[in-house]
Amino acid sequence: MAGLTDKNLKIAKTIKLYVGGKFPRTESGRCFPIYVQGSKGASKEVYANQCQASRKDLRGAVEVAKKTVSTWESATAYLRGQILYRMAEMAEGKRGEFADILIQTMGYSPKDADLAVDDMVSSFVYYAGFTDKYQQVIGAVNPVSGPHHNFTCTEPVGVVGLIASDDFDLGELIDNIASIICSGNTLVVLLDEKSSAILAPLAEVFATSDLPGGVVNLLTGFVGELLPHFITHMEIQSISYQRDNKTELKDLQFGAVDNMKRVVPRLKSKRSLENILNHIELKTVWHPIGV
Amino acid sequence: MLENNTEGLKFEYSPAPESSAVVKLQGKYELFIDGKWVKPKSGKYMTTVNPATEKPLAKVAWANDKDVDMAVKAARKAYTNVWSKMSGAERGRYLYRIARILQERAREFAVLETLDNGKPIKESRDVDIPLVAAHFFYYAGWADKLDYAFPGKKVSSLGVAAQVIPWNFPLLMAAWKIAPALATGNTVVLKPAETTPLTALLLADVIKQAGLPDGVVNIVTGHGDTGAALVSHPDVNKVAFTGSTDVGKKIARAIAGSGKKLTLELGGKSANIIFADAAIDQAVEGIINAIYFNQGHVCCAGSRLLVEESIKDVVLDKLKIRMKQLRVGDPMDKNTDIGAINSKIEFDKINKLVEAAKAEGGDFFAPESSELPSKGYFCQPCFFSDVASSSTINRLEVFGPVLSVSTFRTTAEAIAKANDTPYGLAAGIWSEKGSKVHKVAGALKAGIIWANTYNKFDPCSPFGGYNESGWGREGGRHGLFPYLKIEDSVAASAGSAKPVNAKKAVKKSARKPAKIVLKKAVKIKPKKTAKKAVKSKVRGKK
Repeated sequence: MAGLTDKNLKIAKTIKLYVGGKFPRTESGRCFPIYVQGSKGASKEVYANQCQASRKDLRGAVEVAKKTVSTWESATAYLRGQILYRMAEMAEGKRGEFADILIQTMGYSPKDADLAVDDMVSSFVYYAGFTDKYQQVIGAVNPVSGPHHNFTCTEPVGVVGLIASDDFDLGELIDNIASIICSGNTLVVLLDEKSSAILAPLAEVFATSDLPGGVVNLLTGFVGELLPHFITHMEIQSISYQRDNKTELKDLQFGAVDNMKRVVPRLKSKRSLENILNHIELKTVWHPIGV
Repeated sequence: MLENNTEGLKFEYSPAPESSAVVKLQGKYELFIDGKWVKPKSGKYMTTVNPATEKPLAKVAWANDKDVDMAVKAARKAYTNVWSKMSGAERGRYLYRIARILQERAREFAVLETLDNGKPIKESRDVDIPLVAAHFFYYAGWADKLDYAFPGKKVSSLGVAAQVIPWNFPLLMAAWKIAPALATGNTVVLKPAETTPLTALLLADVIKQAGLPDGVVNIVTGHGDTGAALVSHPDVNKVAFTGSTDVGKKIARAIAGSGKKLTLELGGKSANIIFADAAIDQAVEGIINAIYFNQGHVCCAGSRLLVEESIKDVVLDKLKIRMKQLRVGDPMDKNTDIGAINSKIEFDKINKLVEAAKAEGGDFFAPESSELPSKGYFCQPCFFSDVASSSTINRLEVFGPVLSVSTFRTTAEAIAKANDTPYGLAAGIWSEKGSKVHKVAGALKAGIIWANTYNKFDPCSPFGGYNESGWGREGGRHGLFPYLKIEDSVAASAGSAKPVNAKKAVKKSARKPAKIVLKKAVKIKPKKTAKKAVKSKVRGKK
């Protein structure tokens, strides 16, 4: 860790969850170790202890995410853009910390880690600029044949679940998060055990960007344990599933039918309008024209 | 006062029956596969009945999985050999032709629709069939303009579309499915509802008349088993279904993990909200149109009336008077407002729900004035007032001329009650105050909001719901997306970032971020394509 030498006594902190703008430990009282990556893979040196979120933690996170939807979706598009841009600024300021975690816990080279942080910042900036534009690009005034004003506008779907990919890509994770919240959705993210150390600086970015608490909630834990509960939760309207496990995807698509969740498989590209549209609804309003 | 002024005011009408001579029914209908009429391999036929007389109209083939397989193969062949290679402009020409022929044969279609479905001739004639032609006309124009469909992306067709449609707007739903699918370059296997197959089969005749290449549209009739075989056929790329939420969920589960693109237009329990500052007479007309149009067999029907408490009495008094004037009966009579319930099954289901609602309590009202025909499946329009939010009649989709009425005191309560449903298809708002209309329209969780109107449809207006009312939109530019594969164009990937190749990324160790692959792609791709372009130009000159 930066600033420490072998002679120092390292402080292996516990990285906590990020829920409702706060940093709680898991209610389950469980944690798992994250090891420093050496040249031959994981060493025996503990980098940090990570909270292992439970079903109850997930439920708590969804509850607060649900409560926050109305606040976040009614914020002006301009304000959402300002806040997303602030995230880019805060992330840039934590460049060293992000890179350090990528290098130490995921074995990135310093150069790759630097590129990954660039990619993260780019996605924050990209969607900061889209918060007040996608509506114009995808909305419509429809020329119906009759004396009616008819327009189609966009709305967030509500609470979205995000299952991060196992071959961790920081830029992809941020692309998902930023594209989902830029339209007013709130989010519960599950990071798996390999990538979960990234939660610490990421949560601090969200906590210091004027983002209302509860818009982004970060959980770390085991996908096998928590995915079934994401699938069956009736208050989650949409799930972005970024892993490449076809069996899990099938189970997810099958189970999601209970409350007609949308299931969005891994993104085809970063920094794309499509990524926003995956998690919005279209509303068409008619009104007569006359006196 | 109101009662005194209009009570007993009964309009006498002479019968005004539309002639059915324009329709020539065949005794037996086969399957329409690869441009030909084909006997079903199943060897089975089913009977479709005129619900207004209970008399059989025709025997219709009942396709099994082998028949479905044949139809999908024909659609695949037509897709590979003909339709996917054809220019958008040419595809558009065929759709224009279909639209025109439909307009020319409009009366024939309207009469046949009313005979098979039971809806009043004035609706099939003035609503269904004109909208069918308009829908083909609208999407015909999109066929050579798909580059404008999705900003910044390259779009292409998917392949074979399996489409399963309901009985409430038989030909209109066929048009909603077929027109965008063909415009976007897909081929189609359509499964009409078992109780209303005849207009879809007549559409096959129009398709032949228009000279559409064989196999581009195939129509397989049958029951639920036919539809199940179709949507689960492995060589289908796209599934589109309109119908009940129960069946839609079954389909979604059946194709989970298959990679098939899916759109679902499902049920609803839409709220129609009348505020005290509404134009009351217009609102009452709106209630009638919202719930009694098409016998209430409308997925977006305004089946939950929410009235501001202070005007409840006046609204219900006026509603009762208006309901007494509704003419229930022979759908072929041009004066009929409410025709026949489409089938015995639906008729029994509606009656059962009405009985259940009566048992639960709530004030029941149905006009006593009109006499129902002795034969056929006819339901008196009715409503239940003072019903609890949790009551059956406020939760379940009846899909008939049955309305539930509750009251509210504040705008916030109206919004909360309107959104208190797993569905989210449509909603109505009646108020003369613009700012209130916009606030409520924004707060309602529904895909279509009719403000000071109800049940308006147009080919360029996207239709579809939130939550358990389905996925995707039909109509308008947005109705193209479900039938298109959307990919990064070169311009888009240069302007934003590279496509993530998920498969490649997986193979690499987690340590090597996909990032680097991406960066290379961004920098190198445009150059490569630029070079290629130059080369091909040079070759061209040689």
